[in-house]
Amino acid sequence: MMKRRQFVQTVGTAGSLGALGLMSGCASTGSGKGPKVVVIGGGYGGATAAKYVRMWSDYGIDVTLVEPNSTFISCPISNLVLGGSKTMADITTPYDNLVKRHGVRLVQDMVTRIDSDKRMVMLAKGGELPYDRLIVSPGVDFMWENLPGMAKDGAKDKVLHSWKAGAQTVALRKQLEAMPDGGVYALSIPLAPYRCPPGPYERACQVASYFTKAKPKSKVLILDANDDVTSKGPLFKKAWADRYAGMVEYRPKHKAVDVDAATNTLKFEFNDDVKATVLNVIPEMRAGDIAVKTGMATANKRWCEIDFLTHESIAVKNVHVLGDSIQIAPAMPKSGHMANQHGKTCAAAVVALLTGKQPNQLPIYNNTCYSFVSEEDVVHVSSVHRYDAEKKTMLTVAGSGGVSSAANELEGRYAMAWARNIWADTLA
Amino acid sequence: MKLNALVIASALTVVTGWAQAQAVDPLQVRSWASACASCHGTHGVAQAGNESLAGANKDDMLKKLLDFKSGKKPATIMHQLSKGYSDEQLAALATYFSALKK
Repeated sequence: MMKRRQFVQTVGTAGSLGALGLMSGCASTGSGKGPKVVVIGGGYGGATAAKYVRMWSDYGIDVTLVEPNSTFISCPISNLVLGGSKTMADITTPYDNLVKRHGVRLVQDMVTRIDSDKRMVMLAKGGELPYDRLIVSPGVDFMWENLPGMAKDGAKDKVLHSWKAGAQTVALRKQLEAMPDGGVYALSIPLAPYRCPPGPYERACQVASYFTKAKPKSKVLILDANDDVTSKGPLFKKAWADRYAGMVEYRPKHKAVDVDAATNTLKFEFNDDVKATVLNVIPEMRAGDIAVKTGMATANKRWCEIDFLTHESIAVKNVHVLGDSIQIAPAMPKSGHMANQHGKTCAAAVVALLTGKQPNQLPIYNNTCYSFVSEEDVVHVSSVHRYDAEKKTMLTVAGSGGVSSAANELEGRYAMAWARNIWADTLA
Repeated sequence: MKLNALVIASALTVVTGWAQAQAVDPLQVRSWASACASCHGTHGVAQAGNESLAGANKDDMLKKLLDFKSGKKPATIMHQLSKGYSDEQLAALATYFSALKK
């Protein structure tokens, strides 16, 4: 944290920030006279961006974070809540430190509209917030229109996605607990790209791990729209064969086109209907509604194209998009880790742009993703992404990255260390 | 053994020498280093279970990173991530983290 004297010195030498006037230190939300940044969405991307804009502007830029949820609930590790080895408390972190340590102004609300001409966002509960630069990190929303039966009354309460950690994580765990031994848990996976490529396969492992202990006659049926497992394929297939033989069945090329929630039945483009005891459907997804509504989803009307040097939208000036909502670069996953990396890349660029400096011309960052194949054993995939000035995108560095040679317990411990560290880097 | 140590020592001198000779943009290095923070903590101060990088000895850290990169030092993940960086970039990162407060 910054002492007042240090801060005065920093402001005094920080160019355009010198005109901001004095503030009482980092717990202050600013004098109201400094440049204003509004961040929409307090997930891995938005919360990180909010913190780092404050830190890297030496607490000279005002940051308001608009987030509807009262606490941060992590999608990574949430499959372990379904498996029963972790609780909701384990994956929940308050937003307090962003406010207390970093002076982020937190507004618990939803943004209903962005007026990019007036540089203003409108809030659901009323009121508006002006910005000089807007950071939009709304995650994903679901393309329910591709599963018409899900529009029926009560369907969404019965057939869960649990692809945004929170109430649906708790509800799916309850369905699994209530399922009689000998039942079938079916998991429908959409065509890529979707949030967290290995997540569904980890979920299958976690549910199988729970069934092995509590309901050994039950079955885990994976119905994947893709031609094959989209991430860590050989490692997951080995886990299913070695650890959950006879329990997990993987069926590729099963694209769900409708759901009958009343009978827990899935309908497919080409395959016979499947009925399950517990049906868990991950729908196709696109950029968060607010990004789509603002006209930033320029790629197939689904994802937001950006300038990878600054994360600024190619469609709307002064608005930056990060996390799962962006049109990803080649071999870049939609992951919490990646959103955290976007948050810092974007924060550095926003601070540079608001202080008349050139943004970094060579971003380099990584992805590290751990998946639990049991309660303890973990496999990972890693990659390093570097900006390519000619192609104007992030490319993986040749020869870098890779996967675990086999599932192991040491990486299980590193996975939890990763979680503690990224939660702190994002929120503390 | 002695010869190996000598080779590494001179390699380190070359790399650190290069890093010092080049005008490395401090804000660029700060951005690169922040990518490490996801696992090693904001400003290189880690939560329990992972290694802190802040205030580490510069030469030791660079040797470790280069050994990860060459495959000489086994790892679960760092042998894969270190290959994403040039020796000069690794040297700039080691210099950056060594200057941070523990």
